[in-house]
Amino acid sequence: MKGFTAVLGREVRLALRHPGDALAAVLFFILVCALFPFGIGPEPQTLARIAPGALLAAALLAALLPLDRLFGAEAEDGSLDQLLLSGLPPALLATAKAAGHWVVTGLPLLAATPVAAAMLNLPVEAWGAAMAALGLATAILSLFGTAGAALTLGARRGGVLLPLLVLPLSIPAVIFGAAAIEAAAGGMEARPYLLLLGALLALAAPLAPLAAGAALRGD
Amino acid sequence: MLEGRDLACWRGERAVFAGLSFTLPPGGALLLVGANGAGKSSLLRLLAGLVPLAEGELLWQGQDALADRVAHAARLRYLSHQDALKPSLSARENLSFFARLWGGDTEAALDSVGLSDLAELPARVLSSGQKRRLALARLALAPAPLWLLDEPTVGLDAASVDRLGVLLAKHRAAGGAVMAATHLPLPLPGAQELRL
Repeated sequence: MKGFTAVLGREVRLALRHPGDALAAVLFFILVCALFPFGIGPEPQTLARIAPGALLAAALLAALLPLDRLFGAEAEDGSLDQLLLSGLPPALLATAKAAGHWVVTGLPLLAATPVAAAMLNLPVEAWGAAMAALGLATAILSLFGTAGAALTLGARRGGVLLPLLVLPLSIPAVIFGAAAIEAAAGGMEARPYLLLLGALLALAAPLAPLAAGAALRGD
Repeated sequence: MLEGRDLACWRGERAVFAGLSFTLPPGGALLLVGANGAGKSSLLRLLAGLVPLAEGELLWQGQDALADRVAHAARLRYLSHQDALKPSLSARENLSFFARLWGGDTEAALDSVGLSDLAELPARVLSSGQKRRLALARLALAPAPLWLLDEPTVGLDAASVDRLGVLLAKHRAAGGAVMAATHLPLPLPGAQELRL
């Protein structure tokens, strides 16, 4: 546990030294959401109709941005060897990196959700559900993304390969996340969909780090 | 303590080295010498468990060393070509991360490589020799029985090589073993040579 918090603390500290990286993901998220009104037209009903799906898709794409540097930067300066020899089991190391990615990228996206939701004319009643759905969906993406980043580490054009690997895995998160927001916007209960997202997270939390750990060790 | 039997390393179809055997007793030191590309760094990565063993056996006190790679990692310190420093963190922050993992006193370790006065500076402004010293400071944090050092003295001035000599002597006096790849003379009295 000591090693886990040490790695997580290091991720957060490094992110605070380079706030631009997290800011870039947040701006990307807001800009993608801002493109929809331009493309679809500013009619409020149409925007509100597509808002749940657009929010989910934009947030997941934004969270993907820093992923290819998750292990790439560590491998380049030799830190990855030291992390693998730190005495931490590789799966626990991957869990710490995934948690770090969520804290550094997912949380700022959550903070920007009300802005994006307002631009897409999402009813205010659904903002709470949108935050919850995005929080869970980005956590799922952080986990699958960590596995993808470990698998594509060292691959030529790994930055292109990574979304091709990770985005199909996050389709269920988009389905249940958008359904939760839609239900809340329609005055219904979002809870069942959020629970399904939670179940997905519970599935990804042990499996994705195991895959990432195996990929990092090269077996 | 550490024994290799018939180790081999392949790069694609080409054998870098094969049939390599050695024993490293407690307190012992083994110098890896050989031309560029002879496989010195590859051997060290192999011994650290960072690349899978293709052929041969690696034994730690008579047992398969790599059966439990997490336990193997915990008994060694590996110093690679790269210093593994984060440029935006200060010297102290870089080192205290490893102190949190392994235990040990960050300030004493910084002092042992003569970097106490520069502890607050971000690693990116350190010179290459100072970065190397900061990487070496990891060795001084907490004891581990096996040190694997890849060109430890590259970029170091004479005073820093002497400081490394003190660290090495202390490590060996406590029963630790050292394996070092180098082209430069190292302060390792009585070291055996392993030619690749």
